[in-house]
Amino acid sequence: MAAEQSYPEGLLYHPEHDWARIDGEQGTFGVTWFAQDSLGEVVFFDPPHVGSQVRKDEPYAEVESVKAVSDVIAPLSGEIVAVNEALGEEPGQVNEDPYGEGWMVRVRLSDPSERDALLDRDAYERLVQEN
Amino acid sequence: MSAAATDTLRRTPLHERHAAAGAKLVPFAGWEMPVQYADGIRAEHIAVRRHAGLFDVTHMGQVETSGPQAETFLQRMLSNDVTRLREGGAQYSVLCRDDGGVLDDLFTYRLEGGRFLTVTNAANHERDHVWLAEHGDGYEATVRDAASDYAMLALQGPAARALLADLLEAGEAPARMRTARASVAGVDCLVCGTGYTGEDGVELLTEPEYAPALWEALVAAGATPAGLAARDTLRLEACFHLYGNDLSEDRNPIEAGLGWACKLDTGFIGAEALRAAGDPPDRLVPFAFTGPGIPRPGNPILIDGEPAGIVTSGTLSPCLEQGIGMGYVPASAATPGTPIEVDVRGRRRTAEVREKPLYRKEDQ
Repeated sequence: MAAEQSYPEGLLYHPEHDWARIDGEQGTFGVTWFAQDSLGEVVFFDPPHVGSQVRKDEPYAEVESVKAVSDVIAPLSGEIVAVNEALGEEPGQVNEDPYGEGWMVRVRLSDPSERDALLDRDAYERLVQEN
Repeated sequence: MSAAATDTLRRTPLHERHAAAGAKLVPFAGWEMPVQYADGIRAEHIAVRRHAGLFDVTHMGQVETSGPQAETFLQRMLSNDVTRLREGGAQYSVLCRDDGGVLDDLFTYRLEGGRFLTVTNAANHERDHVWLAEHGDGYEATVRDAASDYAMLALQGPAARALLADLLEAGEAPARMRTARASVAGVDCLVCGTGYTGEDGVELLTEPEYAPALWEALVAAGATPAGLAARDTLRLEACFHLYGNDLSEDRNPIEAGLGWACKLDTGFIGAEALRAAGDPPDRLVPFAFTGPGIPRPGNPILIDGEPAGIVTSGTLSPCLEQGIGMGYVPASAATPGTPIEVDVRGRRRTAEVREKPLYRKEDQ
């Protein structure tokens, strides 16, 4: 079942509908409720490789629904230190639990100043409402 | 999708039912149509395979041909042998240009009184009607755009006929590839034993104003509303062509695998060109991925590592749970079992040419 609409406090949001949860020097990335709702049921996620670099505002992976392919945009730059391999088997977790089991990658962040450009929950929610 | 864009879209008489059922409405061929409902594409797809689904296909067009020479005229226009279409029957054919390019693929129903009703694809309806009307000169036949006369619903799935039988008040359900007049839940319908899902079922044509009552009765009887997205995954598992993807003016019906619907001896427009063209170099084939990935239209097909063809339809099969599609490949690679690769945005995915249909109930 798809999750109820929510945008948790404490996450940083990218206007391309991605989130980052920052924990020291690392950040966990995923897509927001709005992104998974727009996409529909996620049926395929091809995880990127550990060790590869991601750059803020650029795609690092693709998610696919039955109907469409969508790029996943990195909210921050860094090196991938872990990927959610479970999504390969159960991509529907992106719909069911977009901020939990639906996480996509964990990244060692390379530029702490980048996060100033991201949105907090209230600012992101306003952006979604304007859509 | 901007508000301005949706203002010009046509709405079917079922628009409010779709919205109330949580449909995502999208522009499609000038119409605002439900692409899926609240439970999602896969649930709708499985409902059609296991029980019964209900589609609003009012965007499909209709052209009525009548008059003493209606049959003679349609024999010239349509690729199949229209003289073999009996009253109360249904027949599939393509509409070709002189050079054999495909203008549309169509079902034609022969009604009472020597009238023929031809169902067009929404995106091609205007063009088909103009093409038919222009070629009608010299025949004692009248070609009429009948699209606004009808709303069209498709009730599809193994339980479709049982569900319909409970609502039949007069008349009886037609066999496959037959039509019948019937009253369904008090609504007069032309019931056709046809569909686009690979399941048994019917298509119902009725006056637009009665469509909401018919829809509500069928949903109340247990049919699951299903959108265009599920219609697409269902037809692709069954290997039915989608005009604009698998069929186009640039491809002839022989290479598209529709030779069975082209009776060259009837002398239809395009028949001479098809005869002259002989065996086409390319064939449309179904294929399935043997590993991960989802093919999409436009992806190159590789044979022995070299680009050799193109994907025209692709999706993740909800029943097979693997990437499936159709595409054009050289005839030498069209044999089922031939290994191919598909270049999906730079990643090579392994696949295999398969037989039609890609999904068969008895295999599951």
